[in-house]
Amino acid sequence: MIKALQKVSNKMLFNESTSASGVSSMKGNKLKIRHLLIALLLGASVVSIFVGVADISVFDILTGDADKLFLISASRFPRTISLVLAGIGMSVSGLIMQQLTRNKFVSPTTAGSLDAAQLGLLLGLILIPSAGTLMKGGFAFVFTFAASLLFLKIVDSIRIRNVIFVPLVGLMFGAILNSVATFFAINLNIVQDVNAWMMADFSGVLSGRYEMIYFSLPAVAITYLYANKFTLIGMGEDFSKNLGLNYRFVMNLGLFSVSLTLSAIVLTAGAIPFLGLVVPNLVTMIYGDNIKKVLPEIALFGAIFLLTCDIIGRLVIYPFEIPIGLMVGIVGGAIFLIMLLRRR
Amino acid sequence: MIEIKNISKHYGDHVVLNDISLRFPKGKITSLIGSNGTGKSTLLSIMSRLLVQDNGEVFVNEKKNTDYKSAVLSQHLSILKQFNNIELKLTVKELVSFGRFPYSQGRLSEEDHEKIEETLGFLDLIELQDMYLEALSGGQRQRAYLAMVVAQDTEYILLDEPLNNLDMRHSVQIMKILRKLTEVLGKTIIVVLHDINFASHYSDYIAALKNGRVKYFGKANEIINEDILKDLFGISFCISQSNGKKLCNYFNHFN
Repeated sequence: MIKALQKVSNKMLFNESTSASGVSSMKGNKLKIRHLLIALLLGASVVSIFVGVADISVFDILTGDADKLFLISASRFPRTISLVLAGIGMSVSGLIMQQLTRNKFVSPTTAGSLDAAQLGLLLGLILIPSAGTLMKGGFAFVFTFAASLLFLKIVDSIRIRNVIFVPLVGLMFGAILNSVATFFAINLNIVQDVNAWMMADFSGVLSGRYEMIYFSLPAVAITYLYANKFTLIGMGEDFSKNLGLNYRFVMNLGLFSVSLTLSAIVLTAGAIPFLGLVVPNLVTMIYGDNIKKVLPEIALFGAIFLLTCDIIGRLVIYPFEIPIGLMVGIVGGAIFLIMLLRRR
Repeated sequence: MIEIKNISKHYGDHVVLNDISLRFPKGKITSLIGSNGTGKSTLLSIMSRLLVQDNGEVFVNEKKNTDYKSAVLSQHLSILKQFNNIELKLTVKELVSFGRFPYSQGRLSEEDHEKIEETLGFLDLIELQDMYLEALSGGQRQRAYLAMVVAQDTEYILLDEPLNNLDMRHSVQIMKILRKLTEVLGKTIIVVLHDINFASHYSDYIAALKNGRVKYFGKANEIINEDILKDLFGISFCISQSNGKKLCNYFNHFN
């Protein structure tokens, strides 16, 4: 029936000039770039496995050198897979947080979420010292979830909903959590341990000690399944409700995924700054905000970015390492600064 | 049929809506008019469950709107609010596709794709479909938002000042689209309008709000009346006839 109307409407033509500049990029090109990213990820993973103090070559694997194979399975592979999962997890969490708050500058770093995970972990250590890693991780998760809820409440009730003001509040919120953690750390004489969590480091990732990071996988899967709903959330409460979305539920589901991912990563490697801010922003700047469409690129790019930073950090002062938190801080910070300056 | 019964809403001591009841004629355009702050937008928000009323009920097809599942109600009733600030970088087609969300939850069926294409054609957006919203002019963007609501394909469409920020040509264009939606597709449209002449020319019925109540309700031609308008807006109007429609001149504030 509308077809008939279409004819009528075409008669009352309104020729608007269409500039070519705003047209979104072509589908074929995008597929090529996705393939390129996958190839880069595989390449970086291979390099990551072979870089290190002990010299391992492809030849050793082929000849089945037992010592070197053990090194790979106990240290190199866990490290590489943790880097990949952490890269994916941090970037996807950042994206979700930006949707939930409708603010491009909100991320695990600028909303206090990482600080919450750290404090949660510390409190877990203090309150339930005899519990296993899973329990402590669970404690950190609950704490992160609660802190994220609190942050959203604060954001909801502040009057100035300025783009920059919201992450500023988040940074302050994080600083408060951080100082509480430092207070406990000083009292218990474990400042150094706590500082180690503050700055991510993958050199301690070993088989048997890193498996918690797999908990970030279900969270990423949820994000993919609910991608359209998260896009809708980003359009605002009124739009979501008009389209019949269960707004509260999807909000909480997003916070759940983010909290799960972050506590898993902080527990395994520590806090990785800026990744959740820079990666989603860079990718959506090019490909738009339709999450279903950009999620693979964001995940791939995040993993490649973290792997690359790690490889550089391992090579610059070889045979020593620059902690990856520092590397990402430098590279990510620089990119973020450029991004801010270019944003009109 | 959409009907409101004894709706009240207040913010603190300020009463916005005071015991309002009204039945909106089916398959017609009803305009809501009244001065600023008379509760027109509040009423639309309550009717579309975006805002919760203090008192009273809203019936959609003889069923309370709170008795519907939200996802089901969004197949019957849609709303486009006055200020739409989507800051996401989405293309026109992506936005319009989200209008099908109540039916597909994001997994578009063959029928959804057809509806999206039809809507894009209906609102003359074919050429703009791959443009990002941020690259559009205000009028084009408004049309894209409207397209999303049209793609939602609901029996009842509520629009809060859809002509906001549009120039004359685009205003006329939007109003003509609304007319077609009612005349050809039988939609019931309730629209808040500030331009009294658009209300006079394009609506079948007019509901006029004053002091939190529906002070006048009737056919457009009956409400467009010098005494009524003076009572509503507190200024004088000079009404003339043009092509069978009433034309209001209030620019000189005749005394």
